[in-house]
Amino acid sequence: MSLRNIGIVYRKELTESLRDRRTLITMFVLPLIIFPLLSVGFGAMIAVLIGKAKEESPKVMVIGGDDSPSVLAGLKKVPRIQIVPLESNWKDEVVNKQVPVVVEIPEGFERNLAGEKEQTVLIHDYEGDLKSETAKDKVEKYFNEYRDSIVKDRLAARNLPVSVLKPFEIKPHNVAPPEKSGGALFFGGFIAYIVVFLCLNGGMHPAMDLTAGEKERGTMETILSSPISRSHLVLGKFLLVLTTALTTAALSVISMGISFAIANALRTTPIQAGEQGATLHIGFGAALSVFIMAVPLAVLFSSVLITISTFAKSYKEAQSYIMPLIFIVIIPAIAAMLPGVELNPKLALVPILNVSLLCKELVIGTYHWNYIAIIFASTCVYAAAALFIAIKMFQRESVLFRS
Amino acid sequence: MIEARGLSKRFQDKKRGEIRAVDNVTFTCQPGKIYGLLGANGAGKTTTLRMLATILEPTDGTAIVCGHDVVEQPEKVRANVGFLSTATALYPRLTSQEMVEYFGRLNGLDEATLKKRVDDIFNRLDMNSFRDRRCDKLSTGMKQKTSIARTLVHDPSVMIFDEPTNGLDIMTARTIIDFIRECRDRGKTVIFSTHIMSEVEKLCDTIGIIQSGKLLVEGSPPQLRQKFAEQDLEEIFVKVVAPHYVTTEAN
Repeated sequence: MSLRNIGIVYRKELTESLRDRRTLITMFVLPLIIFPLLSVGFGAMIAVLIGKAKEESPKVMVIGGDDSPSVLAGLKKVPRIQIVPLESNWKDEVVNKQVPVVVEIPEGFERNLAGEKEQTVLIHDYEGDLKSETAKDKVEKYFNEYRDSIVKDRLAARNLPVSVLKPFEIKPHNVAPPEKSGGALFFGGFIAYIVVFLCLNGGMHPAMDLTAGEKERGTMETILSSPISRSHLVLGKFLLVLTTALTTAALSVISMGISFAIANALRTTPIQAGEQGATLHIGFGAALSVFIMAVPLAVLFSSVLITISTFAKSYKEAQSYIMPLIFIVIIPAIAAMLPGVELNPKLALVPILNVSLLCKELVIGTYHWNYIAIIFASTCVYAAAALFIAIKMFQRESVLFRS
Repeated sequence: MIEARGLSKRFQDKKRGEIRAVDNVTFTCQPGKIYGLLGANGAGKTTTLRMLATILEPTDGTAIVCGHDVVEQPEKVRANVGFLSTATALYPRLTSQEMVEYFGRLNGLDEATLKKRVDDIFNRLDMNSFRDRRCDKLSTGMKQKTSIARTLVHDPSVMIFDEPTNGLDIMTARTIIDFIRECRDRGKTVIFSTHIMSEVEKLCDTIGIIQSGKLLVEGSPPQLRQKFAEQDLEEIFVKVVAPHYVTTEAN
């Protein structure tokens, strides 16, 4: 093993890479814009969207109610809704999201109330549509309150206390610290995992350029005619790919830490995940832990990228082989977000998914040291195996001179 | 000095089965002489030269280059060989000088020797005007000069040229032809492959005609002319190759 030779190759590849715009963009520009966008932009966007939906006055159509003037009058007084005349194609209007909700008041509603008959008020809505849901909530709230007042009146008329119908209250009380619950868990792990994805992305172009790209440009034959051994050559190339992958990861982590620190200081985020009031805070400690977990993963990625693209004849061919790899890296991120998918001894051995699951824990400041050890060690083993395969691959004539 | 001894290379092809790209080839190239490997496309020239340059490993037989066995000590062989073909391209994002320096370092030159060597070559080949220009911005002629400088930087005693003028214009091809001649005059062992008869006529001390991986005929131009009672080298080539060429096509 000659460190001098590996160093010569590494220095040359570094010189060339630093003159390659594509490498520079994936390595520096991407991490430096993605996280500020996610922390400030994404958070602000969600806040704006939710706020807007709440502040708008949604249109409401009413079916019936002509014989129940006081209910109708009460409905018209509900703040931030807008009663519009009924149209015959009201169902299409809801389906086409022109009108968020249509309220159907049964015939003789008030008369039936007086007679204490059973009846149902229908709220036609578009389930899952944010606008429709907020409008529905408002209308439902109005009818709930109206119903409660009638119950109260009826009880009073019979000289009964309200507690007859409500013997006790039920109220959930969250004792988990806000930064470790709700939305933070969901988004935090995902955002931290973006570091892992960018790490792969950072190594992708150099890996293809340094192997398949060399074949395509005809420099492979040139370099193979020099006295350097093929294992030194591939190790030099590997180190360069690893450098770009790790630089991307490091910049991502720094960018992530700073973005969220600034966002929290400005209070534009924390992301208000729904109404749970959960805040998202990714501290420097969490960011650093994510980076440390990304190191063996970067070795694994770099080796796999080199192995695959060494096999390809051209840059384009390498790209089509590497596409599936992107999915292999994205799927665990999605799997880790599924409810109930938690770290366990078996999953801790599944490469990539384990890191993705661990990110969820690290971001909220939970350190399961035994899992961290298993994941770090197993990723190191996979990385070493992948590097070994990459070196073997690079020595095969049938691969280097594939035609 | 190059001695090929029963040099063979077999490939496995999915459609055609086993292919004998080079089949038991034996020849010797002397220092200060030019050996021309003559053959049609696919005859086995490139594979032979790649084995001599240790870019490919022979499946059978071996070759001794500068006293080193291509199978046993490929790295030592490469340190004594300059390999140039139209396929050996330059790194686009390195400058002409960086390209030559890179190969000097890979050949184990220390920085002081390297600087002296590079300055010397750049002066000799008149390359100083584009020393710091990136290789992807060089003209074809400048690229060829940089490639020549790259093969010379470690002062190899054996030069291997694989169809070096393929696809080049007359002026650039001329630079290469002059360079090959210069290598011979400096006492280097030179082997080169081509299918261009005029180059063979101008340069070769010995000619080997290769077809279907087999070395069919070998000798100096006068010897071949006498043997085949024919003055034109192209006619001789066709006479030798034609029977074998037909059979390969029929197969």
